[in-house]
Amino acid sequence: MEEQDKFCDYLSGVNPVWCPGCGYYGILGALVEAFVDLKLPSKELALISGIGCASRLPYFVKSYGFHGIHGRALPIAQGVKIANPNLTVVTVGGDGDGLAIGGGHFPHVARNNVDLTYILFNNAIYGMTKGQFSPTTTLFSSTKTSPFGLTGEALNPSALAIVYGASFVARGFSVKKEQLKDLIMQGIRHPGFAFIEILSSCSSFNTTDMNVARLLKAIDTVPADHDPENPVEALRLAGDESKIHLGVLRRSSRPSLEDRFQEIEKKAQRGKSHGIDSLVRQFA
Amino acid sequence: MTRTMLTGNAAAAWGARLAEVDYVPSFPITPQTEILETLAGWSQLGEIPARVVMMDSEHSMLAAAATAAATGVRVFTATSSQGFLYGFEMLYAIAGLRLPLVLVNVSRALAHPITLEPDHNDVLSARDTGFLQFHAETSQEVLDSILMAYRLAEHEKILLPAIVNLDGFYLSFTREAVEVPEPEETKNFLPAFRPAYPLLSNREPVAMGAAVLDPSLYSYFKHQMHNAAENVLTIYPKIAGEFAETFGRRHGIIEEFMLDDADYVIVMTNSFASMGKAEIKRLRQKGKKIGLARLRMIRPFPHEELQRVLRGRKGVAVVDQNISVGKGGILFGEIASALYPLADRPPVLLSFIGGLGGRRFRPGEFDGMLASMENPTESAAETARPHLLFTGEECRQVGRFFAIARGSDNTAHGSTRSPRAA
Ligand SMILES: Cc1ncc(C[n+]2csc(CCOP(=O)(O)OP(=O)(O)O)c2C)c(N)n1
Ligand code: SF4
Ligand SMILES: [Mg+2]
Repeated sequence: MEEQDKFCDYLSGVNPVWCPGCGYYGILGALVEAFVDLKLPSKELALISGIGCASRLPYFVKSYGFHGIHGRALPIAQGVKIANPNLTVVTVGGDGDGLAIGGGHFPHVARNNVDLTYILFNNAIYGMTKGQFSPTTTLFSSTKTSPFGLTGEALNPSALAIVYGASFVARGFSVKKEQLKDLIMQGIRHPGFAFIEILSSCSSFNTTDMNVARLLKAIDTVPADHDPENPVEALRLAGDESKIHLGVLRRSSRPSLEDRFQEIEKKAQRGKSHGIDSLVRQFA
Repeated sequence: MTRTMLTGNAAAAWGARLAEVDYVPSFPITPQTEILETLAGWSQLGEIPARVVMMDSEHSMLAAAATAAATGVRVFTATSSQGFLYGFEMLYAIAGLRLPLVLVNVSRALAHPITLEPDHNDVLSARDTGFLQFHAETSQEVLDSILMAYRLAEHEKILLPAIVNLDGFYLSFTREAVEVPEPEETKNFLPAFRPAYPLLSNREPVAMGAAVLDPSLYSYFKHQMHNAAENVLTIYPKIAGEFAETFGRRHGIIEEFMLDDADYVIVMTNSFASMGKAEIKRLRQKGKKIGLARLRMIRPFPHEELQRVLRGRKGVAVVDQNISVGKGGILFGEIASALYPLADRPPVLLSFIGGLGGRRFRPGEFDGMLASMENPTESAAETARPHLLFTGEECRQVGRFFAIARGSDNTAHGSTRSPRAA
């Protein structure tokens, strides 16, 4: 494959089909810039998604791609990674895909520390199905399925990731491209499960909850002295209701699933020599 | 009665509204979403008493539907395609627990490849579950079928859940004139639900979900479900008669279109039958003795009705808008088995597969099917194989798509060197 050192070297040639003004363009831009800066060849990169507007992203990037089934992005990605440990696997999907129908997978991939990056596009709405509330839509919001106000409380994806045991958790915003690129690069470099929540507007169906001007006022960067190794502090920042903190919230170092496989294999191999054989010898 | 213009989806919402359903667990999916959005809006406005609750997925939606129905409230829900499949495990549970709810499925073909257009692989995958199935051609029929489905499902000799099916896009988003009954007249036809065996009854509390590890007992329960489904065949005419008396519209098990003197019959289902009927009319004008039988009831399978309608004909062509991979058209096989015992079964029975992924009929295809029935050239064994309706022009179009994928077509837009194209 040819040298890839420019932005356009990573574009598939299929133009994004997102609405004008959709926050996802910013995410695509930051993601591709991160690939350029990481000098990650397309042939070492797999982009995996579920179903939704966010999940269309793999079409637009030159890499291996898998556009899956609604809610199944994480197990599909896990299958790709476990079978091909040397591939860089980046999973993308919406808040509905990852927290509603697919919400059962998130804790398990996190606790197992599967070595992949999961980028959750949080527009607090089901965009693709045209504007129903999602698990991250705020209480009392008016949506297609709650025209007079939503009754349920919103989930906080970053806080969940921390509680689930993700070893890297960061939060970005689609219009803060430089920071976002940096967070994505850190996430991809992180050995183990890296979770990145990206706040994004949906220009067609959610410009209230995810209003860019409102968010710009509400955001703050994670304090410089924040220690991401401290899970309690990470959770406090992630759940802070007075400010939306952007940056790396949590980072911890522990073996990935692949490391554990190898560890257990070694243990089992060692056990073998004084397993059945030694027992048999005793009775010989 | 009010006459108004409704899409298939709006008609489904009206059906649920008139049935005065109590509970609507929901989850969005194209092309069904409008049904549940409409009900959610009415519910929040207080126009309907139902609680419309969005769940986290179709699996949860159907689980909640099941238990609500078990407690004795009237339950309605709707889904489509992938959602139908995702909730599939619950279909067997709901039917096995004999819970009489109504589920509207808006047909959409299944991934992969991903599409939004309709065919019936989704709904027909449930043919063995114990759900009754009614397939509608028009918006009016969607509304009417929902009301009739509740009567049947809740009948003490049936007690099985029911699916009302309509085609995505072609009917879900098409506006048609619909007579919407008044709530009062609807109540005469469909009174409030009185469950025969409610889970929550202070006189006789029950528990549900017993394990039946005894094979004989298991067989007994399964066959009892089958018998209950077959009861529909005798109960349906009575309920359809009452419906006709109340609302002035009669819906048969099979719709017979220009069949009186027809030597040749095309069998179809759902809204693609509208296109079929137009073709039948055209062929009639050319003097051809051809008609169309539209199957409205798929479960229970109406063997005897089919025999009555199709016996003695010179030829029958079944157009399946589905494909059982490795077998062929699903309805063809079912129809063949219904006709086999007849001494005067049609000597020619052909299987066509059309409308997959929403593919429309092309000019000349009905003429072609008729010609194949009139002059069957292949041996009888071979005619049992499915024929895909597909034109030369479509073959060339597919060739062009392949060229784009290979990167050898310079009409492709943008770069064509995606590694995924390999
Ligand atoms: C099993 C199943 N149920 C429902 C759907 C319909 N569906 C497609 S995308 C989607 C939600 C999209 O929302 P989100 O995941 O937040 O992604 P966004 O479009 O907002 O990027 C739903 C419910 C589906 N495709 N499959
Ligand atoms: S519907 Fe919303 S999320 Fe989807 S492409 Fe349009 S703006 Fe983006
Ligand atoms: Mg979303």
